[in-house]
Amino acid sequence: MALHKIRVTVNGSTEMVEVPSNTTLLQMLRERLVLTGTKNGCAAGECGACTVIMNREPVNSCMVLAVECDGADITTVEGLAHDGQLDLLQQAIIEQGGVQCGFCTPGILISARALLDRNPHPSDHEIREALIGNLCRCTGYLRIIDAVKQAADAVAGGAR
Amino acid sequence: MTTTTTVPSPIGESVQRIDAREKVTGAAQFADDLQFGPGLLYARIKRSPHPHALIKKIDVSRALALPGVKAVVTGADTPGFIGLYLQDRHIFCTDRVRYVGDPVAGVAAINEEIAGQAVNLIKVEYEILPPVLDPEFGASPDAPLLHPDLGKYEVVPFILPKPGTNIANHFKIRKGDTDSAWSQCAALVERKYRVPQVQHVPIEPHVAVALVDEAGKVTLWGSSQSPFAQRNLIAKTLGISQSDMRVIAPYVGGGFGSKAGVSMEALAVVIAMKVKGRPVKLRLTREEEFFTCFVRQGLAGYFKMGCDTNGRLLAMENKFYWDGGAYTEYGVNMTRAAGYSSSGPYEVPNVKTDSICVYTNHPVTGPMRGFGMPEMHAGLEQCIDDLALAIGMDPVEFRRINCLKTGSTLVTGSKMHPTGLPECIEKVAQAIEWGKKAPPSAPNKRRGKGIALMWKAPAMPPNAGSSSWVRLNEDATLTVAVGGQELGQGTFTVMAQMAAAALGVPVEWVRIASPVDTQYSPYEWQTVASRLTWSMGNAVVAAARHARQQILELVAEHWNEKVEDLDIKDGMVISYQSEESMPLHDMVVYGLPKEGDCGWRGGPVLGRGDFMPTYVTGLDPETGQGERAVVHYTTGAQAVELEVDIETGQIEIIRGVAAFDVGKAINPEMVKAQMEGGFVQGLSTALFESLQLKGGVVQNPSFVDYRIATSADAPPDIQSIIVEVPQDDGPWGARGIGEHSMVPTIPAVANAIYDAVGIRLPGPPFTAEKVFLALQEKK
Repeated sequence: MALHKIRVTVNGSTEMVEVPSNTTLLQMLRERLVLTGTKNGCAAGECGACTVIMNREPVNSCMVLAVECDGADITTVEGLAHDGQLDLLQQAIIEQGGVQCGFCTPGILISARALLDRNPHPSDHEIREALIGNLCRCTGYLRIIDAVKQAADAVAGGAR
Repeated sequence: MTTTTTVPSPIGESVQRIDAREKVTGAAQFADDLQFGPGLLYARIKRSPHPHALIKKIDVSRALALPGVKAVVTGADTPGFIGLYLQDRHIFCTDRVRYVGDPVAGVAAINEEIAGQAVNLIKVEYEILPPVLDPEFGASPDAPLLHPDLGKYEVVPFILPKPGTNIANHFKIRKGDTDSAWSQCAALVERKYRVPQVQHVPIEPHVAVALVDEAGKVTLWGSSQSPFAQRNLIAKTLGISQSDMRVIAPYVGGGFGSKAGVSMEALAVVIAMKVKGRPVKLRLTREEEFFTCFVRQGLAGYFKMGCDTNGRLLAMENKFYWDGGAYTEYGVNMTRAAGYSSSGPYEVPNVKTDSICVYTNHPVTGPMRGFGMPEMHAGLEQCIDDLALAIGMDPVEFRRINCLKTGSTLVTGSKMHPTGLPECIEKVAQAIEWGKKAPPSAPNKRRGKGIALMWKAPAMPPNAGSSSWVRLNEDATLTVAVGGQELGQGTFTVMAQMAAAALGVPVEWVRIASPVDTQYSPYEWQTVASRLTWSMGNAVVAAARHARQQILELVAEHWNEKVEDLDIKDGMVISYQSEESMPLHDMVVYGLPKEGDCGWRGGPVLGRGDFMPTYVTGLDPETGQGERAVVHYTTGAQAVELEVDIETGQIEIIRGVAAFDVGKAINPEMVKAQMEGGFVQGLSTALFESLQLKGGVVQNPSFVDYRIATSADAPPDIQSIIVEVPQDDGPWGARGIGEHSMVPTIPAVANAIYDAVGIRLPGPPFTAEKVFLALQEKK
């Protein structure tokens, strides 16, 4: 398998990685960069546990080849908090009780972050649509949806 | 155990989950996140493509010759039998395969890709045998025998297999006299319902990493609900000491029963035995997840019930054929649980039940949230509705009259403990506005409401135990050790609350000693049966009180006061007598100096506690009658309001209401979160989920073809109501809620569909297609 040298920015820091052609972005994150917050739930683009933001868009990282990320800007769940300060979404999902087993949580937070970045005031329907690719088996989704609303309201109220 | 009149803080307070921050930042570690370095090997499994066949020959030579392959194992490397209640399987098949997916051989290689290639190079010759694909056929004398050695298997005393048949357990209830009761019935209902196999679908697939050292000691890291049961069962099979089998279990990314007992973990251990010193990782693909670990068993259930002119239930006759699959890690005990709960939450004087677990050539069935209860209640609670209507009574009123009340005689002959079931019915009926019909939202829609009740006991061996230790640290923080697992249900948080309350410190001072590690953690039977809040909770409270007693005795001596006059509040020892006070820090590790520099007293404080029910008795094998079959029952009710689109068959859930008697809600918001999550999981099984089995092959092993509820399917509103009638031996009166929350959902939905459009389907899922076709047929 041919090796490729790529340069990728992950959570603000530049990484130089040598990857085989068939390595996915998910594998590169988890196995090469040891960013294990991004989860592998199906490796088929169906469950959303591996969602990361790639150049401002949420993607299933199991469906993206690492070589496609040359020059890209990636945000994973590890990149949401800054200097120990949780992202509003992280704080809201804790307060609303939207975390149970926590395995889908990183992907949910990333999808929700991408939603609020492009649409700071989503409707209930828009939130549900944005999270439709993130399967959760524990919570029944309602507290997650409430958390996204809480974070959006907090932004509207001037918090960040 | 802990019946106090005043409830100390933070019991009954919705403190935040103690694992939340690490879970939202990606720091929380799951089994696949653990790092093992470059020595790690990867395993893949060669599986049977046939539902039933004899293994004639296995040729592994080409696999072994592949560069990068380090070991290949087959049934020849597998020691004896393994099984929780009935030891009916080998870790790798030896002479026979019994389901599509049955493990025949395993490979360890330097990466998953090579391991996968090696698996394809293994050649297996089979002699194909006729399969059993239906439990009713399987129980008949015409069926081919799947376990000819059934009579030789080791089995616990309360499971009754029938050698020479495919029946792995037959549980009977013979209470009163149903035959003569039927003639006294003013109304009768007789129905058959089928519930298909479904899968647990934890978002984290199964993963296990095994390491065997030169001396043969085993370490297993895994996503596990049952570290101690795995230690025990695997050690027994390998013939090693339980203390030489270490299981380390980090956070579980969803279990719902699929990670209880032993499923795929033993495969990794047996493979690792051939590559001593190298850790071997086996992770299931999502496709494997759907048919090679556990699925919820299918049910073909026959129900007959009758009541008198006043609507009093007089008799029930139930026959349950459970599709137990190829092996029955738990199926045999679910059969028993469904049997001793087969009246539903009702007082019925005459009951005859046959609950039969049948071996089939289908995927292995395991426990799933509800442990047989969702499947059984699915049919039973529809029949209750039909019987109420047959006698001309409102279904809620009918349930009011017949439901279990404190002191009611149970189907097994014992008496019901204090229960809030009647209150649950009232609360749910009121919240859903029972009896009021709202207009549908469009001309092509019909609106309906449905209600269903439930009961469920923790189904477990009579003597399943818990233990805990509580250690005080220099700064008076507490390390609380437990062997129960955090699966998302919030048990670590609840245990922290209980330890803090029992000792008298702020909950923020408590740390749970995790991950659970059988080498250091105190014994816990398994994280199943919604038993931890009650059982492990009792152990934690006992350990915290033991530590508290040591502290109070030390300070009493130091102050020359009586222990009874002292208390620990907010991390301070206080005296109600002398009004002295002293902080806990330092003293709980270093003790206290005696006066006049003449020595010290006390020392490091370590509390220990345990709990095991001692009062559960056996049941008569012919009648199912006995003094006390179970520890307790959690009861509850759900109602749904929905709309059926008569042009498409599509069902939209407008809202749901749930009320459960949890005894005491230690953390009310987390109790409600369980009620909501269970409700949506229940809706998912009611509306979407079914494992499509054809010739023993699962046709839909992916999220595209096996649909579970998404964010778009969650109803706009679920109202969760907590009812609290205390459990006499629960910590502050608490009993479990995790599993119960999805038990009544299927029949609540079915009854609402009937209310809306007057159709009953033979079983879930109530897909748009099936509803539409039934509506066409009705026309």
